[in-house]
Amino acid sequence: MNSLSFALAHTLPELILVCGALVLLMMGAYKGTKGDWIISELAIAILGIAFLTLFTKLDGKALIWDGAFVDDAYARFMKGLALVGALVSLLLSREYMAREKIDQFEFPVLILLSTTGMLMLISAQNLIGLYLGLELMSLALYVVAAFHRDNVRASEAGLKYFVLGSLSSGMLLYGSSLLYGFAGTVSFAGIAEALKGGASLGVIFALVFVLAGLAFKMSLVPFHMWTPDVYEGAPTPVTAFFASAPKMAAVAITVRIIITAFPAVTMQWQQIIVFIALLSMALGSFAAIGQTNLKRLMAYSSIGHMGFAMVGLVPGTQAGVYGVLIYMAIYLTMTLGTFAALLSMRIGDRYVETIADLAGLSRSRGTMAFFVAMMMLSLAGIPPLAGFFAKLYVFQPAIQAGFYWLAIIGVLLSVVSTFYYLRIVKVIYFDEPAAEFSPVHREVTGVLWVASLLVLLFWVWPSPVLDAASAAARSLF
Amino acid sequence: MFGFGILSGLILLPLVGAAFILALRGDDSATQRNARWAALITTLVTFGLSIVAWNRFDIANPGFQLLEQKTWLSETILYKLGVDGISMPFILLTTFLMPFCILASWHSIETRVREYMIAFLVLETLMIGVFAALDVVLFYVFFEGGLIPMFLIIGIWGGKRRIYASFKFFLYTLAGSLLMLLAIFVMYGVAGTTDITVLLKTHFDPSMQKYLWLAFFASFAVKMPMWPVHTWLPDAHVEAPTAGSVILAGILLKMGGYGFLRFSVPMFPDASQYFAPLVFTLSIIAIIYTSLVALVQEDIKKLIAYSSVAHMGFVTLGIFALNQQGVQGAVFQMVSHGLVSGALFLCVGVVYDRMHTREIAAYGGLVNRMPLYAVAMLVFTMANVGLPGTSGFVGEFLTLVGAYKANSWVALFATTGVILSAAYALYLYRRVIFGVLDKPSLQSIKDLDARELVLLGPLLVLTIYYGVQPGPILDACAASVTLLVKNFDAAIAATKTAALALN
Repeated sequence: MNSLSFALAHTLPELILVCGALVLLMMGAYKGTKGDWIISELAIAILGIAFLTLFTKLDGKALIWDGAFVDDAYARFMKGLALVGALVSLLLSREYMAREKIDQFEFPVLILLSTTGMLMLISAQNLIGLYLGLELMSLALYVVAAFHRDNVRASEAGLKYFVLGSLSSGMLLYGSSLLYGFAGTVSFAGIAEALKGGASLGVIFALVFVLAGLAFKMSLVPFHMWTPDVYEGAPTPVTAFFASAPKMAAVAITVRIIITAFPAVTMQWQQIIVFIALLSMALGSFAAIGQTNLKRLMAYSSIGHMGFAMVGLVPGTQAGVYGVLIYMAIYLTMTLGTFAALLSMRIGDRYVETIADLAGLSRSRGTMAFFVAMMMLSLAGIPPLAGFFAKLYVFQPAIQAGFYWLAIIGVLLSVVSTFYYLRIVKVIYFDEPAAEFSPVHREVTGVLWVASLLVLLFWVWPSPVLDAASAAARSLF
Repeated sequence: MFGFGILSGLILLPLVGAAFILALRGDDSATQRNARWAALITTLVTFGLSIVAWNRFDIANPGFQLLEQKTWLSETILYKLGVDGISMPFILLTTFLMPFCILASWHSIETRVREYMIAFLVLETLMIGVFAALDVVLFYVFFEGGLIPMFLIIGIWGGKRRIYASFKFFLYTLAGSLLMLLAIFVMYGVAGTTDITVLLKTHFDPSMQKYLWLAFFASFAVKMPMWPVHTWLPDAHVEAPTAGSVILAGILLKMGGYGFLRFSVPMFPDASQYFAPLVFTLSIIAIIYTSLVALVQEDIKKLIAYSSVAHMGFVTLGIFALNQQGVQGAVFQMVSHGLVSGALFLCVGVVYDRMHTREIAAYGGLVNRMPLYAVAMLVFTMANVGLPGTSGFVGEFLTLVGAYKANSWVALFATTGVILSAAYALYLYRRVIFGVLDKPSLQSIKDLDARELVLLGPLLVLTIYYGVQPGPILDACAASVTLLVKNFDAAIAATKTAALALN
């Protein structure tokens, strides 16, 4: 195999997405708004095909483009998650966008472009690749956040996200330039090599800035401020997208850069990660208690969950990374399921937004109520639901590495967060019905069904996810 | 079939029933009737299967039997089931009490009958799983999974303050058990596996044992419940529907005691000995304090709930006496309390279904209109007091003998609890059953009907039978308890020798 076809073979998902996005853009531009329905379908198909290409058997690990891009089991695993997140979000968006009259053809195209950025980001093997991927992803995200442009809240969300996002990009870039200055290379492996002799204060500075930029994308405290507003303001399917795919990419690159570029400064990055993990878990647990809006609540919940995922990263071991990967896979399922539930409940002509709207859901829509309740309990981490196993796999390596206090505080905070998840279950099951729900399309409830069954029955046959995650974690070390 | 054994069958069977009920459609009276019958038949068949398991069980063998093993989460976290003399009685108790719960809810649950029956069947699966699991993580999944159906049972079909009670129940128990989960991770790190049979042979460093013991204690003490973390229990009991109270008192509380016997004592012997005085103190406070609290209760269910806390005090006393009599007495006391307190809650349910109040003051002179009820209530009250000739006596006697051998002062204080329990139980009985029947609302109250006789009859027979013939339960657990005590003594001796060798 010559080098070009080798490179093409290993970037097949990205190529499919880019070409697909360009073709759809052309189609949309020439056909105008009339043909937009097929564009959404085509985008879903493109994402599906890109997802399937991940399963083509390619040999272990391939470094291409002068070591800027890597295709390994780890990348394939996280790309799979990001693609699923994007695909399902698009699936969820079709009915909503049509109802809100914002079903322009640009939306699927932007999602495709953003997803391309994520895949680049996940595979990035040097600082340039990281920054390019991150910006491609983010620029598209800024636009989709404000996609409902006549809506004040959506515009505000988009603007806020853009301003804060640019700031974080700036920090990341500053950190990267410092790193380059000290290490003399942009490649992760090169940085690791250069830091071996010991790190100067400047490198620690760089590390802080880089992690701050990435923490922003993962919405970790103290860089979380945008999350509740953007989650609440953006159209719900966009929120679903925000909560799923970009999180996967951001976590993937954070884990990758920490493990491959900073093994020499483990003590230093551990302090930072422990700190932001604790703060995120605490804020996610306490701040969500007072929320009445479900999307805002999910924002705080996601902050908390990212904190829990970071607990798995803290030990910096293979078992820990394995835990993070499982956590992300399960978290993705739970998030998409929850947003599918939000999008499948309409009262009159508006979508359910507040917790009180769910009152007595169990009487009017028994199955859905059950699924939502299980989703909440899974987010709370109650066995035998999938969320429990997610927590199991991140806390276990943390304990093994001796981070007892982190684990103890973490589980106690998870008890606090259980309170607000239980409150939703309470409203669904114990309160009297308030309003009638109108019917919605099959595809949205279909997503809810699939996600719920995965969450409910994970314990029966966990090995496919576990094996894939295990192979992925191994490829990183 | 598929390499699964009888214990998997026991775990799966209630789920099959639940799936069947789930498949029923509609909410009319025919569906409700079908759901009730399906649940009753499922629980009866499960009970039958547990009898089959009991017949295959060899009581002379102190080790684990009816083993099944499959890899699950990893090569070292297994789906492993098995029973020994300590867990077998609890499985039988669970399957035995379940049909009564279904029967007790026959008329009193009218809304969402399908969901109710499903919740109970799922709960049965999880409870059997707790006692049959031979892998700590699997145990934990069952142990905590039980919170979900119980939360819903209290919250949906409970009384006025049901929401407060259900939240308190859930969060209290969860906080305790999560600490246990962390301890499980630590043990996994040391032993490299979560297989209980291996962990039982693993020696944990005595200083580490203390932390592990405390973490497990946090979980089991809440579940038991021990003073001062018992406050969720009266609330949960009062608000839960009758059958929910039966399960809570009959089985869920026993998980705490079972946990002590399965994990704390055999895996952390040094810490168990170190902390035994703490447990004694808490148990004595529980016995005396909650008995006094029971004395002033206005609500029948609350009174029985506090008496449960006191009785569980005897159980912890017996377990941490750490000798043959104490531990066997604790097992017996748990089984007996499962029957007696379950029956007492059923008795409360009987009058509650008629009068819809649990206020003691609303009753009085029931003996005039309900002679059969008065007899049943008398037997169970006496068993609760621990009158010789009832099953309550055997357990209390043995635990006190065990405690006396360990520390005579402890036994002295604990015995005053027996006197107090007689006081509150007889006081309750006098106020509810005796006296003149002068309340107009009670004038037309009816005695037990056929369903209620079926409900209380078997429990009454067993209470007296085990009172005069405690052999079956004691023999069942004897071999395993002997092994437990022997291993415990050996471990303590080994630590002593090691300490001496160091000096």
